Amino acid sequence: MTKPRTYKTKAIILKQVPLGEADKILTLYTPYMGKLRAVAKGVRKPRSKLSGHVEPLTHAALMLAQGRNLDIVTQSQTIDSFIYLRQDLHLTSSAIYLAELTDCFTVENEEDPTLFQLLLHSLHRLSEGMCSETILRLYEIRLLENLGYRPEIRKCVYCGTLTPSPCYFSPSGGGLLCLKCRHKESLAHPISPDALKIMQILQETNPYTHEELQFPKGVARELEHILRSYISYLLERQLKSTSFLDILKQSEVDRVVQKL
Amino acid sequence: MELPTSPLVARLVEEFNKLPGIGPKSAQRLAYYLIRVSREEAKALAEAILAMKESTVFCSLCQNITEADPCLICRDEARDRTKICVVEDPLDVLPLERTRIYKGLYHVLHGIISPMNGIGPDDLKIAELLNRLKTGAVREVILATNPNLEGEATAMYIHRLLSPLGIRVTRLARGLPAGADLEYADDVTLTRALEGRQEL
Ligand SMILES: [Zn+2]
Ligand SMILES: [Zn+2]
Repeated sequence: MTKPRTYKTKAIILKQVPLGEADKILTLYTPYMGKLRAVAKGVRKPRSKLSGHVEPLTHAALMLAQGRNLDIVTQSQTIDSFIYLRQDLHLTSSAIYLAELTDCFTVENEEDPTLFQLLLHSLHRLSEGMCSETILRLYEIRLLENLGYRPEIRKCVYCGTLTPSPCYFSPSGGGLLCLKCRHKESLAHPISPDALKIMQILQETNPYTHEELQFPKGVARELEHILRSYISYLLERQLKSTSFLDILKQSEVDRVVQKL
Repeated sequence: MELPTSPLVARLVEEFNKLPGIGPKSAQRLAYYLIRVSREEAKALAEAILAMKESTVFCSLCQNITEADPCLICRDEARDRTKICVVEDPLDVLPLERTRIYKGLYHVLHGIISPMNGIGPDDLKIAELLNRLKTGAVREVILATNPNLEGEATAMYIHRLLSPLGIRVTRLARGLPAGADLEYADDVTLTRALEGRQEL
């Protein structure tokens, strides 16, 4: 699609990096233009009309003008700044993780309105204070599916055995392995029946009618570990924001005592 | 990008290019500008950089940049030792000092928690802050990180660390900047401005 000289789009601001003295480069996720990088001029000056409307994790309506290299943001109006989410450290860092995940898995100018809706929905859910573990895992599973990395979690990827027991999840195999086929992949983690069941629910239910799904802490850890390992296998690296999420989960006081 | 003619010029361009806010074009412009200045001017610049590098250290208390340790502010007997104002970097101390309202001490974090860039609490001078609070003399910690996503995250993180210590933790009020236009204010700023409204 050829872009007109100026155009409007809704977007979720994924991140900002400083550019020169007063500008910033924004990474935007839009419903019909996919990921987009654009310059916001003068936003580091205190009286900028744009600055409050281009903060990361803001849903905004933007007007852009084609630039020589990157397009220029000429106007931005906040639709939702997810204020509640910003007041909670754990929710903020969960949302940052969603933004980084989206940034890492998407390419510029490839539209994916489904993923946009899902990200927006997830941010709304976080901002409503819904269990962040459920939102993160649901978003991970649905993002992977949308981008063609749907894990096979019904049967062994080699022999087709339904819900094998014992059961393994292999990032390199892209799904489950049974005990017999386990050796065919170098990377495989044991997965408990409870974790597998939750994963299947997250993969198969409608993400928008999804009601609060509570799962025990142990299962939550297990799922986080399995999905993180699959994601870092696909990206060939760890996402940076996961380390801060991990820090927040540790008991803060213990940590400080260790360090001093 | 046109290639510089001499490898020595190229080396200088490369050095400038490493500086924050300087792209390849500006780096080239600066290097070619310096070709034309006198030897004395060039020497003065080089010496200023070296002298600054060789005679400045981090203050062992507030972590600000100083020539003498502890720094002038930390040594000043007239400053209120029950208050510490926490800022992101040394440049943030100057505008606060300009107000002449704040008489307490400072603590410079030398950065901000930025999960997406892999910068966590251990990369900042947070342990040093906690160390300073051990004596029990400090009654209030004022968090003056910038009112953006990462500044707020850093403030919330430090708040969480300090809350078991029983020290009063405050945050700089957030609201409309002087000369601002209500029409262009964002929701976060307006919400905070409403929350922080004051009797006339
Ligand atoms: Zn099998
Ligand atoms: Zn000092």
